[in-house]
Amino acid sequence: MNYNWNWRIFWEASPDGMGTYMDTLWSGLVWTLATALSAWIMALVLGAIVGTIRTMPNRAAARVADGYIELFRNIPLLVQMFLWYFVMPELVPEALGNWLKSRPDAAFVTAVICLGFFTSSRVAVQVSAGINALPRGQKMAGTALGLTLPQTYRHVLLPMAFRIVIPPLTSEFLNIIKNSAVALTIGLMELTARARSMQEFSFQVFEAFTAATLIYIVVNVIVVNLMRFIEKRVAVPGFITTGTAGAGGH
Amino acid sequence: MKVAKLIAVLVGAGVIAGAAQAQQTGTLKKVKDTGTITLGVRDSSIPFSYLDDKQSYQGYSIDLCMKIVSAVQKELGLTSLNVRMNPVTSATRIPLMANGTVDLECGSTTNNLERQKQVAFAPTTFVTANRLLAKKSSNIKSLADMKGKTIVSTSGTSNLKQITTLNGEQNLGMNIMAAKDHAEGFLMVETGRAVAFAMDDILLASLAASSKAPNDYTITTEALSVEPYGIMLRRDDPEFKKVVDAAITNVFKSGDITRIYNKWFMSAIPPKGVNLNVPMSAPLKAAIAKPTDSGDPTAYAAK
Repeated sequence: MNYNWNWRIFWEASPDGMGTYMDTLWSGLVWTLATALSAWIMALVLGAIVGTIRTMPNRAAARVADGYIELFRNIPLLVQMFLWYFVMPELVPEALGNWLKSRPDAAFVTAVICLGFFTSSRVAVQVSAGINALPRGQKMAGTALGLTLPQTYRHVLLPMAFRIVIPPLTSEFLNIIKNSAVALTIGLMELTARARSMQEFSFQVFEAFTAATLIYIVVNVIVVNLMRFIEKRVAVPGFITTGTAGAGGH
Repeated sequence: MKVAKLIAVLVGAGVIAGAAQAQQTGTLKKVKDTGTITLGVRDSSIPFSYLDDKQSYQGYSIDLCMKIVSAVQKELGLTSLNVRMNPVTSATRIPLMANGTVDLECGSTTNNLERQKQVAFAPTTFVTANRLLAKKSSNIKSLADMKGKTIVSTSGTSNLKQITTLNGEQNLGMNIMAAKDHAEGFLMVETGRAVAFAMDDILLASLAASSKAPNDYTITTEALSVEPYGIMLRRDDPEFKKVVDAAITNVFKSGDITRIYNKWFMSAIPPKGVNLNVPMSAPLKAAIAKPTDSGDPTAYAAK
């Protein structure tokens, strides 16, 4: 190995005008978190809706939800990123397309939308699995009490189902942070892109990616602990066991 | 530290000078032991190093690397030497060089002082500069002519950063746009949304040459920055570097360089038969007359 290690590189000035290389990586982390968190909110909302529809007695609605899930789950994320960024603006009316293309934050918006839809399909599957995991008697009991179907979902099924799926949702939350790195292919300067630009300028490739790795690990440890805390806070005594984040990923 | 090492090497060299040829070390030893030399090549750095329509790697840098390969073969007295082409990207070229996978990187890598802390470079074989491409009809001769006009550059490049800085320093009041890639930047000039496109001149030439009307465009002679390209090798391998430097210097001195240069920059090249039509620049002529592996841009200031 003929490599010149230089761990002081982080305190040296970077040529991209951000300050030091540390500042460069920091700004990348900010973009990573902004992208992941915005997309996560979008994924949770859409995923909860689609996942619920999938368990409804109305066959047609459930079919539509299934189609939605298959569409966003079966196309590789990288390909989806390209489709949203390069193809979508060409399909909409020209004025709108040009407006989209000229936005300075086009890469960020595209990345959020793409990650949001992609992850929402995975969240939807988990939410519907959580609902289906409940004993069938729950739904019957709800309607027997005189609750309408929406009320049964709202007061009986969903509160239980969401508690069940917190561990797999934790994995999805971690995935969305890691998947945000794919957005570098459309020019979003997030953490991995910043690590790449750092190695491009300084040729200190191992230091750059070691730093990025450690930052991702720290962020993910924080997320895991946050989700565990939520899981403990909302736990219903005697309902389901707590404190095990499911192993997920893809 | 480095100076001490150098002195030690020189003293050592002096001691051995009278003796028979010393044992080879570093890359030369590796090449001799394995009978193979590995070139790091790029797949789309036209015309320096790229894959053509016959799936073979070729280009200006690869031709020059092959000259080095012959010199290494002669130096080691080998009857045959295997040449392996190993594709690299801008992200993989350093680790693959450091761990010994590739022995020479034949692409379009900029030689600068920052990078010399990590790798060594052969004498500069191309000099590119940040210049402006505009339509002939808009009559742009230098950056000063762009006062108050719209200029475009590619986002994330040092070229864009430099234009932004100069715009402030010289009070040009230009409207600066960022294109997401080179093709889009060129398109903005083509469609008239911007007057000029600021980028490395060789990229501009290749964009203009492959456009619908190559003769409509002109590239300014004023160079806003200088970037020397060099073939890359491992650092701290003086024996190998000596052979590499001698090989490149020989190509320069023998005039071979003119033939190789013209083949890639002044005539039709595969796969599309486009002629880039980029005459040798003054800084490159100077670097050929006096070979240098300096990573300092001021060493290439047009004389």
